[in-house]
This record gives sequence, C-alpha cells and structure tokens, in this order.
Amino acid sequence: MAVKLILRDKEYEVRPGMALVDALKKNNIVPESVIATRDGEMITDDEILRDGDVVKLIAVISGG
Amino acid sequence: MRQHKLALCKEHYLEWIPEQTERFIKKYEMFTREEKILVAVSGGKDSLSLWDILVRLGYQADGLYLGLGIDGGINYSNESRRLAEKFAKENNLKLHVVDIEKEYGQPIPVMAQISHRGYGKPCAVCGLAKRHEMNRIARDLGYDVLATGHNLDDEAAVLFGNTLNWVSEYLLRQGPVLPASADGLARKVKPLCRFYEREMTAYAIARGIEYIYEECPFAEGSQSILYKETLNQLETVRPGAKLIFYLNFLEARKSGNLFIEKNMEMQKMHPCPKCGQPTSAPDFCSFCRMIEKMKAEITSSD
Ligand code: SF4
Ligand SMILES: [Zn+2]
Ligand SMILES: [Zn+2]
Repeated sequence: MAVKLILRDKEYEVRPGMALVDALKKNNIVPESVIATRDGEMITDDEILRDGDVVKLIAVISGG
Repeated sequence: MRQHKLALCKEHYLEWIPEQTERFIKKYEMFTREEKILVAVSGGKDSLSLWDILVRLGYQADGLYLGLGIDGGINYSNESRRLAEKFAKENNLKLHVVDIEKEYGQPIPVMAQISHRGYGKPCAVCGLAKRHEMNRIARDLGYDVLATGHNLDDEAAVLFGNTLNWVSEYLLRQGPVLPASADGLARKVKPLCRFYEREMTAYAIARGIEYIYEECPFAEGSQSILYKETLNQLETVRPGAKLIFYLNFLEARKSGNLFIEKNMEMQKMHPCPKCGQPTSAPDFCSFCRMIEKMKAEITSSD
C-alpha cells in the first residue's frame, strides 16, 4: 500500500512516513495553494502520512 | 507564524476567525452595528463565509447575488445562484437577486461580444457590470455599506499587478475601505482582507458551508491567478511574505512615504567627512563606517 493524494482529477502516490508538506513539495504542489483533508477532516502541513491514507486536496485559489 | 492558526482545533478556529474580523472592522472603521450592510455574494467560499461571519457577529447584513448568465459547460451561474439561495434560506437571511439578462436583455458573455470590450474575455464587461449593479442596488435600497469577500491573497495579487505596472491611481485607492463618494456611492469595505485564502477555505470547510468549488470558466489562465500562484511560491519559502507585502504597502501609503521623489526631498543628505559621497547617516557614510569597524576589529584581534 501507499499514500494517495488526490487533487481535482489527478492522483499522486507517496511513501508513508513523510510529512504532508514534504509529500506536496515532492509532487510540485505548492502547499500554500491547497488544504488537505483525510476522512473529511482537515490535516495540517506537519501531519505524518500513514500507510493507506487517502488525502483529498482542495484547491484554495479562486478568482478572475 | 500565522499558518499555525490552521492547527487550532476546529472549535477555536471557528471562534478565532470572527474575533479577528471584528478586530479588523474596528481597526479600519468599516461599519457599526447600526448600519445596514449589503454583502456581495457570489456563491464562492469567501463571500458566503463573510456573510456568515457578519451575521454571527450580530451585524445587519443582507446579501446581493448578481446573475451573470455564465454557463461555460458547468452551469456556473445557475449553480452558484443555487448555493447562494440555499445558504440564505438555511440561515433565514435576506438575499436580493439581480439577473443581468432580465435587467438588460443579454447575459454577460453576449454583452461582451456585442460591445467588443475586453479582447475575447468577458471579464472587463463583467467587472464593470458588477460594480455598476452593486452600487445601484446599495443606493436604491438604502444600504450604508457594500461589503465584498476579498481576502489577503486577492488583495496581494491586485497589489502585485498594480506594482508591476506602477499604476499610481490604483495604488492610491486600494485598501480595506473606500469611503462613500459625495455623489451617493456607498462606502466599500473588505473585512476579510487580512486573512489568507487558505484560512478562508479552512473556515468555509470547518463551518460546513457549501460553496461553488468550480471556477468561473473565464477565470482560467487569468492574470490574477498567475499572480496568486507566483505569490504562493514565494510564501512557501518565505512564510508571511504576502501579509508583509500588503500591510507594509498600506503603512507606506499612510505615512506618505510611498512615492520616491517625495521621499528623496525629505531626506537630508550631507557629504561623508571621509570620502565625500552623499549620505543620510549622521556622520561617516555606511561604507566608511564598515571599513573603520573592520580595521578596529583586525587591530584588536592582533
Ligand atoms: S472570471 Fe470573474 S470577471 Fe471574468 S467572467 Fe468570470 S466572474 Fe466575470
Ligand atoms: Zn450607470
Ligand atoms: Zn564615506
């Protein structure tokens, strides 16, 4: 198993044991531009990702 | 840093946001509990959260939704209107709805095509119509204040654009409050202008506010999104950069030090007694002082 990050229609896989912020940076996702949720609850940047986690990323940027 | 606020437990976070909003409303003298406020509601996270916060704080705030007639394959306007109306109904609030097409005969994208404004994108026409209609409704229905949900990232992005192009007339007007004009335009305020966009998203989610997640299809590739992304990269390596950029701008303008010419005149320069170059330091210029200090250190360590 691994950790899955989902942002819009894209999926990323990362190794468990990493902090969320590092997992984001590793996939070129700017941490400041997303909010992460797991099982519907928000998690913070320093959260350590565990095996089997599914993290849903919500884009925060809006505007035209 | 500020980011740690997101680590507050949900209950405290949901209290912290309105407390801070109240502080900003007072600090910038936006409005009082006696005044009637019209909140421009788009169905997005910021405007719905703003409405929610103002009502929680006990302000008299009604909503205004403008139907732009934008579909873009995602039914954008209808869906955002549905969410705005749902929020109003669930919270027992008054929402005025103005449909541009009903009022003026054409939806925004068609209006933009016919009027040939804005280089293929309806945003110029859309912005113009939104401003006009917000002012009109506020005046006709007797509101004292018009409140919009602009957050720190919106303001920093606008400031970034205005600074890249040095448009001084906009720089002089941008701020948390735009006073009422003599000819009857309502005061405009931005109570969320010091919250990060990320903080506002967290608030909407934690409050369970159902907002429109999809962008207006015309926002794709817009300049403001490019500026926001750029500033977020900066923020990631220099936490606090966006807030400093915005607050120091407000401070510099208030103190009258924003424009350089003026600043140069005010500073008294005199020649450095050692090298003769002009300096504003009281005695030797900074370079000569550095050299002196270095020499002194070398001799003392000998
Ligand atoms: S991106 Fe914004 S300004 Fe442009 S058409 Fe859509 S709502 Fe209007
Ligand atoms: Zn007019
Ligand atoms: Zn000198």
